[in-house]
Parts: sequence; C-alpha cells; structure tokens
Amino acid sequence: MANKHTVSFKLNGNDVDVVVEPRELLIHTLRERLATTGPHIGCETSHCGACTVDLDGMSVKSCTVLTVQCQDADVLTIEGLEQNGELHALQEGFMQEHGLQCGYCTPGMITRAYRLLQEIPNPSEEDIRYWMAGNLCRCTGYQNIVKAVQYAAEKLSPAQEVS
Amino acid sequence: MIPRHFEYHAPQTVPEAIALLQKYGDTAKLLAGGHSLLPMMKIRFAEPGHLVDLGKIADLRGIREKGKELRIGAMTTENDLIWSTLVQEKCPLLVEAARLIGDPQVRYKGTLGGDISHGDPGNDHPAIMLAIGASFVLAGSDGERVVAADDFFLGLYDTALAADEVLTEIRIPAMAKGTGWCYAKLKRKIGDFATAAAAVLLTMKGDTVKEASIALTNAGAMALKARAAEDSLRGKKLDDAAIAEAARLAMSICDPAEDLRGSVEYKTAMTGEMVHRALRTAHERAK
Amino acid sequence: MAASPDLSEREAALQGLGVSRLRKEDARFIRGQGTYIDDIKLPGMLFGAMVRSPYAHARIKSINKEKALAMPGVTAVLTADDLRPLGLHWMPTIGGDTQAVLADEKVCFQMQEVAMVIASDRYTAADAADAVEVEYEELQAIVDPHKAMDDDAPIIREDIADKDEVSHGPRTHPNHIFTWEAGDKDATDAVFDNAEVTVKEEILNPRVHPCPIETCGCVASFDKVTGKLTVNVTSQVPHLFRTVLAMLSGIPESKIRVISGDIGGGFGNKVPIYPGYVIAVVASIVTGLPIKWIESRIENISTTGFARDYHGIGELAADKNGRIKALRFFALADHGAFNSHVSATVLPAGLFSICTGSYDIPAAYCRVDAVYTNKAPGGVAYRCSLRVTEAVYLIERMIDVLAQKLGIDKAEIRRRNFIKEDMFPYTTSLGWTVDSGSYHNALDKVLKAVDYEGLLKEQAEKRANGELMGIGISTFTEIVGAGPTKICDILGIGLFDSCEIRVNPTGSAIARLGTMSQGQGHATTYAQIIATELGLPSEEIQIEEGDTDTAPYGAGTWGSRSTPVGGAAAALAARKIRAKAKTIAAHLLEVGEADLEWEIDRFKVKGNPEQSKTMKEIAMVAHTGNLPDGMQQGLDASEYYDPPNLTFPFGAYVCVVDIDRFTGETKVRRFYALDDCGTRINPMIIEGQIHGGLTEAFAVAFGQEIPFDENGNHLGNSLMDYFLPTSFETPHWETDETVTPSPHHPIGAKGVAESPHVGGIPCFSNAVVDAFSHLGVTHMDMPHSAYRVWQQCKALGIEKRDNA
Repeated sequence: MANKHTVSFKLNGNDVDVVVEPRELLIHTLRERLATTGPHIGCETSHCGACTVDLDGMSVKSCTVLTVQCQDADVLTIEGLEQNGELHALQEGFMQEHGLQCGYCTPGMITRAYRLLQEIPNPSEEDIRYWMAGNLCRCTGYQNIVKAVQYAAEKLSPAQEVS
Repeated sequence: MIPRHFEYHAPQTVPEAIALLQKYGDTAKLLAGGHSLLPMMKIRFAEPGHLVDLGKIADLRGIREKGKELRIGAMTTENDLIWSTLVQEKCPLLVEAARLIGDPQVRYKGTLGGDISHGDPGNDHPAIMLAIGASFVLAGSDGERVVAADDFFLGLYDTALAADEVLTEIRIPAMAKGTGWCYAKLKRKIGDFATAAAAVLLTMKGDTVKEASIALTNAGAMALKARAAEDSLRGKKLDDAAIAEAARLAMSICDPAEDLRGSVEYKTAMTGEMVHRALRTAHERAK
Repeated sequence: MAASPDLSEREAALQGLGVSRLRKEDARFIRGQGTYIDDIKLPGMLFGAMVRSPYAHARIKSINKEKALAMPGVTAVLTADDLRPLGLHWMPTIGGDTQAVLADEKVCFQMQEVAMVIASDRYTAADAADAVEVEYEELQAIVDPHKAMDDDAPIIREDIADKDEVSHGPRTHPNHIFTWEAGDKDATDAVFDNAEVTVKEEILNPRVHPCPIETCGCVASFDKVTGKLTVNVTSQVPHLFRTVLAMLSGIPESKIRVISGDIGGGFGNKVPIYPGYVIAVVASIVTGLPIKWIESRIENISTTGFARDYHGIGELAADKNGRIKALRFFALADHGAFNSHVSATVLPAGLFSICTGSYDIPAAYCRVDAVYTNKAPGGVAYRCSLRVTEAVYLIERMIDVLAQKLGIDKAEIRRRNFIKEDMFPYTTSLGWTVDSGSYHNALDKVLKAVDYEGLLKEQAEKRANGELMGIGISTFTEIVGAGPTKICDILGIGLFDSCEIRVNPTGSAIARLGTMSQGQGHATTYAQIIATELGLPSEEIQIEEGDTDTAPYGAGTWGSRSTPVGGAAAALAARKIRAKAKTIAAHLLEVGEADLEWEIDRFKVKGNPEQSKTMKEIAMVAHTGNLPDGMQQGLDASEYYDPPNLTFPFGAYVCVVDIDRFTGETKVRRFYALDDCGTRINPMIIEGQIHGGLTEAFAVAFGQEIPFDENGNHLGNSLMDYFLPTSFETPHWETDETVTPSPHHPIGAKGVAESPHVGGIPCFSNAVVDAFSHLGVTHMDMPHSAYRVWQQCKALGIEKRDNA
C-alpha cells in the first residue's frame, strides 16, 4: 500500500484538493473524484487523445500524467471553455461545421484545438492536420474538424490582433 | 490501464534525485516526460517500486549558448525544441527530428534527455546525437562527467548512464557554415516509431563532400553511426553513384528486428532509402 | 393570395426534410456533457475486471481465487462454476449459437473471459484480477480457417461436437458452422463451361475491427426490493438485448429496463451481447448492487466483434466484349470460436448474395462455408451492411480483373454491364429486387468531374517514366435496411421498426423510435422527417431512443437500417397524425375532407385559401371537446413498419494514387465520391457520414489487420499497431450526389452511412492494383501497407533505384 499524497491544483478556475495514491492517473481523478467527465478514455496506450486536457498551457494526455505530478497546476478541460454562458469560438465552430458525430472524441479534440490556436492563430488545413494528429476520430474523417478550427480561428482573429 | 503501486518522489535538485537513486537502487526509475515509462507501467510491463520525478528540477530546463556550443537542459521538451528560435538557428536537424516524434501532446511532455537515456532503439534522438557529435553531462554521486554520444549508446536498453546517475545536459557543437542537414524518417503513421530513419549532416566544399555524418534509427539494438558510409563520401562528388554506395554501406551494418512494420529485408532496404533521401535533402540545404 | 416568399418562410421555419440544419444533439457534446456509459455512477456501485486466457486453446485445470478474495475491497470472483447453478455460464448469441459467458472447462480463443473480479473500484479490481491464479493445459490451436475442417483438426467446440446442426443447416465437421448458398449452381457452371473468357482470383478480406473510440461497457443494477433490473449499456440494439436478457435470466421483460444513452461510436461493434454484460448482470442480481464493467482498448480489439475474415474466390465468365454472363463466388468464413454476430435465420452469411453488384448478370451462384477457429468470435461488423463489404469487394475487384484480361477500360466495362435505368426494379439472378438506380449517370458524372481522360493520359506518361500511378473506380450497389420480416429476423424476432409520436396541445411533439443512434444524428434527422410531414418545426420535435421502458420495440441501428426502416415508420406515423388532423380541420372548417389540401404547415380549403387551419392550431383543438362525433382526444400515432424490401443506395467513386516504388508508400492524391441515397434528409449530415465511412475504408485498405501467430497469440492488438489514421494521414474527400428515390420507401430515402465504407474499400484497392496493372499484376490483397506494396514492387524487380 503506497503513501497517499494531497494534491492541490486549479481546475477550470476553481481550487481543488484531492488525496490520491501516486499511481492514480489524472484522467481518473478528473472523472471519478472531480465530476469532470468531459475528457474521456479511449485507450490505455496513450494514442487516442480523448483524454486531452490543457495543463499549465500545454495540451497533455491526462491518462499519461500522474495526479501527484499536478501540485499547483492549472488545468483546463472542455467544461472550462464556456464562460458566462457564452460558448468558446471552437465550441461554436464544431457545431456550425458539423465537426462532431458521436461526440466522444470532441472534448479532447476541442481542448487540443484551444491550445493549437494559441500556438498558431491562423492555421492552414495542413497545419491543423499536423498539429491535431494526437486526437483520433472514427466518425468524422477529420475534414469538418479542420473547418471547425478554421471557423474558430477566424472568429478569434480580430480579438487576437487587438491584444 | 492501471499501474501497480509505487512510491513517488519529486526532488527539487539534482543531488536530491541522485540520493534517491542511490537509496532505492534498482527499484527506482527516473520519470522524465513519462510517455515511454508510464504506458509501460499501465500495461504492467514495467513495475518500479519508486518513481523519481525530475519535473520539479529547474536546473534541468533551459536552452542556451555557451561559446559556440548549444547547451540544452535534459528536461527540455520536444515542443520546446520545435519552438526555440535558438535551436532552429543553431541546430535545425534537432527541430526536424522533434517534429517527427510522437504527436503534439506527446511532444509537450517528451523530453530530449528521456528520449536519449531510455535506450530504446526506436527513439529518434540517439541517432541525431550521433550525427551531430553531441556530448552528455551525467551527474552522479561522484560528481559530473561528460560522455560523448559515440560512447553513450551501448546496446538494447543499455547506455553509459549508471544506475545512480542523471543525464542533466546535452551539449551540441556548432554546425560548420554551409552544412546541410536532414532527418528522414519512414513510419506507418504519426506517433509510430521509425520503420527506418537516417540522420545526416553534410558539409560541402563546392561539388565535393567535405564532411558527412550519417546515423541510423531502429536499424539495430541501438542507434548506429554509419562510418563506412561516411568515409565513402568524404572527398567525393555527391552524385547518384556516391549516394547509392553510401546507402549500401549503411545498409550493410543494419540488424533490425522484424515486426509488424516489416521484415529485416524491408527495414534494411528502407534504411538505405532514408539515407538516400536524407543525403539528397541535406545536399540541397547545404548552400 | 400568399406570395412565394411567405411559402418559403414557412418552409424555412420547419427546418425539415432536405435542410442542412445544425444538429440538436451537439449542445451537450460540445460542452462535454454527454452521458456515456463510463460517466454513470450509482450509489454503492462496484467495478468488474475480467481475468482472461493467455492461450488460444487450452483446458482449465484450476482457478484459485484465494489471493484475490483476500485483498481489501474485493467482493467476489466469479467463474463458470458460480454461474452454472443459475444456468448462466452459457448464453445464446444473436447468431443462433451458444457462447461461454465464462470459460467452462476450456478456453477457445486468446483473452477469452475466464473470471470476473468484482471490487470497490477499478484500481482494486485491476490488482485483484492479476491475483487470480489459473492453471491451463495448452491445446493445439487452429488459426488458419483452411485447416479447420481437416480430419485431424482438434475439436474447438466440444459443447456442440455431437450436434449435426446448430441453427443454420447441417454440419459436416465439428468445426463446421454452416454452409449457405444462393443461385443456380448447375446453370452457372454450364455458362462457365462454355464461356469465351473466364477469370478467377483468390481474394482476401482480412480480419479487421471497428474500434470506436469508446469501448464497450455497462452498468447493471438489480433492485432486490422491486425485482427490477436496469442495465445501462453500450448497445446498438437495446430491445433485442432486453429480450435476450429475459430469456437468459428468467426475469420478465416488463421488469428489465435497458438504457442505451450516448454511445461513443458503434459501427457494429456494439451489436453483440458480450459476456462482460451478462456477468455484470449476474453480479448485480447476486449482490443487489450496481456493477460497472468497462473494457480496455486491448480487450476491445481482441475479444469483441471483429469484421470480415472472408477468404474468397471470385470467378467471372464473360464474352470477349466484357459482357459478364455468369458469376461464381465462394467464401471461407472464419467466425472465430463462437458464431456470435447478427444473423437472420435464413441469412447466416448476411446479404452476401448482393455480390452481383450493379451489373446485369444472367447466371450466378455463391456459397459461403463458415468455420470455427481459435480466435475471438464475430464477423459481421464495421459498417459492412451484413457481409456487403465482402460481396462488393469481390465483384468490384473481379470486374477490374476481367477488364484487365480483355484490355477493356475499367469504366467502359462497367458501362457495358450496368443494370440499365429502364430495368428497375430489377431482380438479380440471386434473388434481390433492386429498387432503383441510375448507374450510367452516376459514373459519367464522376468521370467528368475528375477528368478521367486527362488522368489516363497522365498515367500513360508516368508509366513511360517508370512511375506508379493508379486510378481506381468503384461503382457499387449497397443493400441496407434489414428488413422484411419474412426473411429478416434475429432469434426469430422480425426486423421491423417503430415510431410513436405524440403532439402536444401547444404544437410541439415527442417521438420515440426503436432504433439507436451512436452519432448518426437521429435526434436531428428524424425530427426533420416528422417536421415536414406534420408541418411543425423540427426544433420543437423531441426525438428519443434507447430506453426500453419508453421506446417502442425495434431492432436497433446497424446495417444502415435507421432511415429505411425507422425513417419510414416515422413518416407513416406522422401521416396517421396528419390524417386525423385533416378530419379535425374539415370539422373545424365545415367542409368535406376532399375539399382540403395540405400546404407545408396547414390545411387549406381548395379555392378558398384564406380558410385554413395550421397543424399547431389543430394540435390544441385535438385536446378539447370540439372534435367530430366519436373521435377521441389526442394527436398521436404509432407505426410498426415491416419494410416490403431492402433499399439499394449506390455510388460511383474514383481514387487516384501515386505509389513510391522505393518504399511502397501510397499517397491518395484524390478521392471523389458520388453517392445516391435517394431522398436526402440532411445534406450536411450525409456528407459527414461519407467522410467518416471513407476514412474507415482508407484505414481498412491501407493498414488494418488483426494478425495472429500460429498458436493463436495476438501480434498487434493495441493502438500501437492497429491502424487508426490520424488527421495527418487521412486524405481530403470530395463528395457529390445524384438523387434516385426508392420507389417503395415512404419518403424515397435509402440510408447512406455504410455506403462510403462498402464502396470505398474496393475503390482504394482498385487504385493500388491499377498502379501495377501495366506490369501484369491482377490482384493484391489488403492491407496495402507500405511494406506489403513494397513486396509487390520487389516481386516485379522495381523496388531499387538502379532498376528504374
């Protein structure tokens, strides 16, 4: 039996504390302890990306992060994108461009796209396909996901220029 | 999906990390980016009793120049390398390799030091390190030592890193002016290990090859320097025949493992093809 | 007089049939608020983890649970011995076979279920599963289906060894499942014997797996007080699941509630009933607590319903102009250790006999021999429309083989053989009546769009230069919408489907159906159908599926059946409502019903258009006392639809590939897909389905396989090796359409979601083979991985740079 650790971090802007074994994966902490079931589990070999969260400004597969590594971290999941009842441009884009079907890969996909648009505010189709290749989808064939991200990039761009 | 129990330690300094390695011996494993180790622990192929997380050690991060050398902290991530203007300028081969590793999320966590020290023949950076003639700073209980890449990769999961040592820094010599570079990697899809890959640095003097450096990924138990291939190019014109001969000599040292990516014959042939592609591209870039 | 703009405004307000309206289900998914099976948490819930066999074929000598049971947090370790007293250690499959729920004295495939640990949480369950000790005596495994019926082949299914028949006709060997045939063998053989030209190829459809991003799982919850069993499950067939559970457990269906909520992709993977579900149910009945079982990805790929594994031989007989006179197709089908895939009683090889394709072939015969092997059970899955992928692959490959033999252009040979437009409805020589089609038109449109002549010219130039460029064509006809109950059933239950609609007094409606979306957008598309029929906005029509307590009985969603069967039920139920509404309108307007005409959202009096009643107004009246004599209140209807026929969507696809002869890598330069699914309910959703189906076809054609060694051990059963293309590898898709409605469907719609998969796979393959056809290659088996294509280059001596 391993020692338990208390881990405090920020989740979608809120302070949270959990007590976990070292082996507990962040995806399980989010889903089982913190009622944050947006990120999903699709594999156990770190390939599918359905568990993607934004951790300290990085797109990360939360199935390959130990919760004990997250002391003082700043974690953003799909649940944190809508602000004051207003959808993020990406959420709007995925809906407008039919970038989802079963919805299972969608939280991880949108969360990754969120960071992508910080890295590259105006990505080409080629950019998007390369920089989103860590998120697998079986339903959409990716084409409308590309359009959804481009929709969001365009919607966000005037704001980017201002800041 | 669920690892076995282990104890977790997050030292704040390198000496603390070394002390933990000494204390726990072979039940301890270093945790860098975690994207090689944790997946193995989740399917219970690896079961260390203690993880020593290097993630909190500030000294292990950072990219800087010292004199003409590029010095990169071992915990620098693939993503850090890709976006670093310093690395783009001083060692673009490293950037090209990083872009061909994993996927965007893996690259946010995967580290240069981890990729080098894991000893997995499928990892890409060892060949890069051989090609650029890098050296590694290893910190242990007896202090620091610097080991050349040529002397670091010993065999399958076997490197010069001792059980109580931590790889802290990678030192990369400056590239000669007019050197072309290329990392050509054949893989089944993004995120896969190389079916075959070749790292090339090429310095030209007019039409003639002044210096050539060729190293191979996943063509044997560890990264291989294709010295005979390099020798065959030095002083020669880089024409079809010379490239074909270099590729052939590179293939002659291959001993890849057969798996679903292909047979020994295929992987060997692909190593030759990657050497060919890398030489051609490096030549174009050697302006 | 109402001007045109007003009409189009009213039409637009409905967002009904034909509109690319945005999806109603997206609101929760884009917020991460879907409710998938692993999101469900119930008080006291325990977690199940499976102990699985490392061997493909072995006797179980002993199972030692002690260590596991001693671990804190472990409630139980269930084995076949625990299920035997309840008669639940074996279960019926939807293929008419029986399957071990937990291995009963022997295991028949690697990773077969041997025990399930029930524990307080998934971490404890994982540790405890590792602590269960099982002793095995290894037996020789059969991995090659060609060896399954050898005289000295080990018997896999000792439980039925003495049975001459399981459920699909006589068996000639203990490892034989069934032999099924269609067509006139003698007449066909006679044509072959006298034909001017014949061609023959061995054609493999490798074993692959649908691999939806969400794996299979359930939460079973038995209430000891009320005696009600509630099962939340990833099931594409909730009602069938409930019926089978009742048959298994003895609990009446009225006390079983199956709920399929949000499902993260199905593609046929979530049709079978898996042992994990049954054991969770048993564990819940025994403990009175909710039990969750969710499989891992490796378990999913290794043990749940795979697809294909058809070892085919294709033969065509033709005249020297390429006019096909007869077809003879044979397939050896590897079903794994149990026949568990969805099978109609008289159609154990599904709809394979559609293999005459889009062509007018006067004589045909096909036969499928199915065998058991020491591999996971399955066969029908993965957007296959019930073996239609296998059938269409055979005919579309073989017509190319014939074209090559005769030196006839691959588009031209198709034109010469197409069923002509004036021949529909056309009954094939294997007995299917194809409802409608327009094949010449579709092919011409596609060839024009890609500048086929230009491509041929370019190909000739590239070939002269030693380069490999391939042009692949696929002109496929699909058969979907199972189906007429006289031939289509599962365990005797007919494959009808149903829709119940209730219109509310204030003009909105709720409709429940027996189908089950796993991402196809039913909440939107069914609402659109009903919106146009009823003249009410689709935005105000709530669609529900998946809860067997409330949804009318249906056979679920697979084989593209939702639009052909569920969509028909929805339209017809709505028309019943409209008929009642018409009677009410006539009553209110004091005219005869014959004096009324329907216009978008209201009934108008002919010749007096100011006199009208909208459906919305009628909805309110239907709940008042102001009704015709003898008419009951309410505005609702239900329809149980038994389709008169299946439907036959079709398409014409072209694929252009460039192959690197030094590495074997294939670049898909262009893919142009024209689909005809009849009436198009939501073009945006259709396009999404095409993209998805083509991407899955791309994966099958270029990399997917489930390889085994000769002892039945898996060689690549995780996402490390199982090829799921990322956005980077996936080509760009161009889509187009024609519209040829189905004459027998209430709204002329045919269904579409599997067409791109069925038609895409042969298109990719044909392109790859075409790239080598000038060098004499007639066929190459999938997957067309770089390695395998390189081997073809090597066989031709063109893989080296000095041999340009």
